[in-house]
Amino acid sequence: MLDRSKIGTEFESFTTQVEKSRLKFFAKAIGETNPIYFDEAAAQAAGHKSLLAPPTYPFILGMDGPDFLPAVTIFGLNIGGVLHGNQAFEYFTPIYAGDEITVSGKIANVYDAKNGSLDFVDQEYSYTNQDGTLVAKATNTLIYRNR
Amino acid sequence: MTTHSNNTQNIQVGMAIPELELPPVSRATLALYAGASGDHNPMHIDSDFAKKAGMPDVFAHGMLPMAYLGRLLTNWLPQSQLRKFSNRFAAITNIHDVITCSGEVVDITENGDEKIAKLKITAKNQDGVKTLVGEAEVQI
Repeated sequence: MLDRSKIGTEFESFTTQVEKSRLKFFAKAIGETNPIYFDEAAAQAAGHKSLLAPPTYPFILGMDGPDFLPAVTIFGLNIGGVLHGNQAFEYFTPIYAGDEITVSGKIANVYDAKNGSLDFVDQEYSYTNQDGTLVAKATNTLIYRNR
Repeated sequence: MTTHSNNTQNIQVGMAIPELELPPVSRATLALYAGASGDHNPMHIDSDFAKKAGMPDVFAHGMLPMAYLGRLLTNWLPQSQLRKFSNRFAAITNIHDVITCSGEVVDITENGDEKIAKLKITAKNQDGVKTLVGEAEVQI
């Protein structure tokens, strides 16, 4: 059973830049065909200030932190047993290349199932840009198969 | 240039949005996604590690097919209209799987001064197994 006293633990907050080259690489990796995600001129022609970060990109920004999966460290998990159970995003304003996004996250809940053979860790994240505007929020659940 | 030609007047409950069929998930797909996403979890790129952890082989990051569902949505309407997007990872996306994403409008509601279409979205593999089951809310 995972340590319930870790509920509420906040991850080390960090700020990361949304890089144009990384957005292009990401667009290629997901097979994106709409050029507003990889061609600056197309993005601007469509009314965007620069390349637009696609819908799952806030999660990607979360990988730029000092610890790419902080829960693994906090609970001392074997990464081979970790699965992604669910993921949710809520959007408030677009994220563009050149933005500086501050990522904050915490352990929101910890619980188990199947007589303790599965542990669940709920996490909550918020993403704020260089103007102090909340751009997106996310929640997810990690599933840990501990035996 | 992708065009969003839908006339939002015609969006109705029960309407299916255009499907998105992806090429098979290859080891190269996973290597590219690991590099681009920054998720270097060896379960997705190192078959030796995955087998040692009890899996038959490497498998896709859940966030890869979720990004495919994101493409399904932004192919339909501009991303600036996307308000909420979520899914459950119902089954593992295995190496060589061929994923098809689909969505259906299940409700149309008002939120303040916005009209919102709620969608049920699904990713399925070549055997018809639902790998991702989710929802989205899009301003129309």
